[in-house]
Amino acid sequence: MLNRQGRPTTPQSGASDTHETFTGNKALQQIEPLIFEIGSTDQTGVDIDPPAAYRKRLGTFERKAAMGLPGLSEPETMRHYVRLSQKNYGIDSGLFPLGSCTMKHNPRLNEKMARLPGFADVHPLQPQSTVQGALELMDTLAHWLVTLTGMDAVAMSPKAGAHGELCGLMAIKAAIAARGEADTRKVVLVPDSAHGTNPATAALIHFDVRSVPVREDGTVDPKVVAALAGPDTAAIMLTNPNTCGLFEKDVVAIAEAVHKAGGYFYADGANFNAIVGKARPGDLGVDAMHINLHKTFSTPHGGGGPGSGPVVLSERLAPFAPVPFIRKTEEGLQLVEDDAEATKHGAHPFGRMTAFHGQMGMYVRALSYMLSHGADGLKQASEDAVLNANYIRVGLADLMSLPFGNKPCMHEVLFDDAWLKETGISTLDFAKAMIDEGYHPMTVYFPLVVHGAMLIEPTESESRASLDLFIATLRDLAMAAKRGDTARFTGAPYHAPLRRLDETRAARSPVLKWTPPQPILEAAE
Amino acid sequence: MGAMKFTKDHEYVRVEGDVATFGITDYAQGQLGDVVFVEVPKVGASLKQGAEAAVVESVKAASEVYAPVSGEVVESNSALEASPATVNEDPEGQGWFGKIRLTNTSELDALMSEADYKAYLSTL
Repeated sequence: MLNRQGRPTTPQSGASDTHETFTGNKALQQIEPLIFEIGSTDQTGVDIDPPAAYRKRLGTFERKAAMGLPGLSEPETMRHYVRLSQKNYGIDSGLFPLGSCTMKHNPRLNEKMARLPGFADVHPLQPQSTVQGALELMDTLAHWLVTLTGMDAVAMSPKAGAHGELCGLMAIKAAIAARGEADTRKVVLVPDSAHGTNPATAALIHFDVRSVPVREDGTVDPKVVAALAGPDTAAIMLTNPNTCGLFEKDVVAIAEAVHKAGGYFYADGANFNAIVGKARPGDLGVDAMHINLHKTFSTPHGGGGPGSGPVVLSERLAPFAPVPFIRKTEEGLQLVEDDAEATKHGAHPFGRMTAFHGQMGMYVRALSYMLSHGADGLKQASEDAVLNANYIRVGLADLMSLPFGNKPCMHEVLFDDAWLKETGISTLDFAKAMIDEGYHPMTVYFPLVVHGAMLIEPTESESRASLDLFIATLRDLAMAAKRGDTARFTGAPYHAPLRRLDETRAARSPVLKWTPPQPILEAAE
Repeated sequence: MGAMKFTKDHEYVRVEGDVATFGITDYAQGQLGDVVFVEVPKVGASLKQGAEAAVVESVKAASEVYAPVSGEVVESNSALEASPATVNEDPEGQGWFGKIRLTNTSELDALMSEADYKAYLSTL
C-alpha cells in the first residue's frame, strides 16, 4: 500500500526486513548499551555545590578512589530504563504460556489497594499498636489460605516458593527431631517429575534424596512409594497436579503410604491454581504446602515483583512454624517475634525465615484478589484455567504429540517432540520461532521425564479469542515444521534484538563481573 | 582394550583386569547437548552399583551419573572439570569419568553388551 505521496504505508510494502539503518536501531526497537557504557563516571546529573569546610570524621574509612558510578541526567536515566523495559515481554504485553509458572493477569485493583498509604507507608519497626490494620489484613489472608487448603496453620513469612519449601522441610525436620528420630529419618522421596527445587531444598538441609520413578501414565504409583518408604523416610515431596499437567489420582494412597512409614507429606503448591475451590490439600493428607501468592493469587512475578510463599501446615507440624506469627489478645493482634514469647504460648518454632514478617505488599494484593473474586470466583478461576489448557490440548492434538495420550489434563498441557522427529527441528527451535510470532515461548525441556517437553499453561486470564489466535499460530508453525520450512525454525528468532546466544560459552566461561573499559577507569581516577 | 558394557541409564564401563573405566555414552552426550560442568567421583570413594557417582550439567539439564558397578574409585578424570567439552567430543574415550576397582564382577552380567545396547537405543 502506498500513501498519497507514493510512500509505503505498511511494513509489508517495502523491503523493511533487509533495510539496514546507520544506527543499528529499528525505529522504536533500539539497541541499548549498559548504563555504565552510556554514563560517564566523571559526570553527574545533579549539580551540587561543593561542601563548605567540614571536619573529617571517617578516619581510615574514607574512600580513596571514586566509586565509578555512571553519571546521567534524569531524562537520560529515564530513557535508559524505559528502553530496557520495551525489550521486556510480560503478562501485560501478551499471552505468557510458561508452564508451571501460572503467569496470570495482575489485576489493577490489587495495585490500587497496595498503594493505600495505610499499607504502603507502614514500617516494620513501627509499634504494633499503630499497625493493627496491617496485622488484621495478614490475619485475614492467613484465615483464607488455611480455609482454602483445609489445613491447621500457616507460616506467612517465606518469600518465594523455594523459600516456602525450605520452611516446610525445616518444620518437618523439627518435628522429626522432637520425636527423637533426627539421626534415623533422613530420606526425602522425590518423584522424577518434581520441580528441580524440591530435591535441591531437601539436599540443602542435609536430607538424602531418593528418586521415585513415575509410571507409564506420568503419575506416581503408591505401591512404588510404599516400597521405597520406611523407617528412614522423613517425607515425600509431591506436586499435585504434577508437572506433566496430570492430577495424581492416587494422592491419598501415596499420603497413607508415607504416613504409615512415619514420614510427612510435603506438597509443592506451585500448581495450586488448578484445584483452588475444588480440592483441599488437607483432605488429601498433606502435612505442609507452600502457596505461591505470585502464581495462584495473582501477585506480580517474573521480574515484576517479589514472590511470596506462605506455607500451610497440618496439626502435626503447626507447633513448629517459624516466628513471627500473629496471635489474638485482648488488646488486639500481636505479632509474636521471638522464641521465648512463642514458647509461652505453647509453640516450638524452629526459628525464623525472614528479618520481618514477609511481603506485606503481596499480602494486600493476594487478599484483594481473593475478596474481589469471592469463593465462587476462585473456584471458577480454577475451572477456567483447566478448561483453557484443555482447549489448547484439543486444538493442537492432531498436529503435536501428547506423551501420555490425548486425555484431559489439568491447568497445563504437556507436549513432547515425537511429532518433530525427522524434521531436523528441535523443541528449542520451535520455541524460538514463537518469539518471531510475538509470543513468549512455553516452558521447554521440563519436566525431564518427557523428551523435548513443551509445557503450556495459558491460565484463566486468556479469552477464547486470545486462545484461538494462539492455537492458530502454533498450528501454522507446526504445519510449517512438517512441510520442511526448516529455516523458519533453525534461524529463529529473526526479529529479536539478538538472535541465538552462545549459552554454552556463557555457562562454560561465565563473565560474572563487569570490568570497565580502560577510558572509564582512567576517568575515575 | 576390554569389551564395553552398558546400562539403561546410558553409562558405559570398559573392563580391564579388575578395573572398570566408566562414563556416559555417545547417545547420552547427544541427548544432553553441550556439557558445561562435570563433577567427577572422588578417588577412594566406595560406590554401590546404581548409586550417584558423578554429576553432569549441560545447557539443558543437570543429571546424575550412576555407578554402573560397585567398587572403589581408584582414579578420576579431573581434567573434565576444566574442559567439560571433552564429554561431548569423545565421551567413550578421553571423556571417561572414573575408574572403579570391581568388588563384584558378577554385576557385569546384568549389563548390556554393545549389540544389546544398540538394539535398546533403537527402541527409544
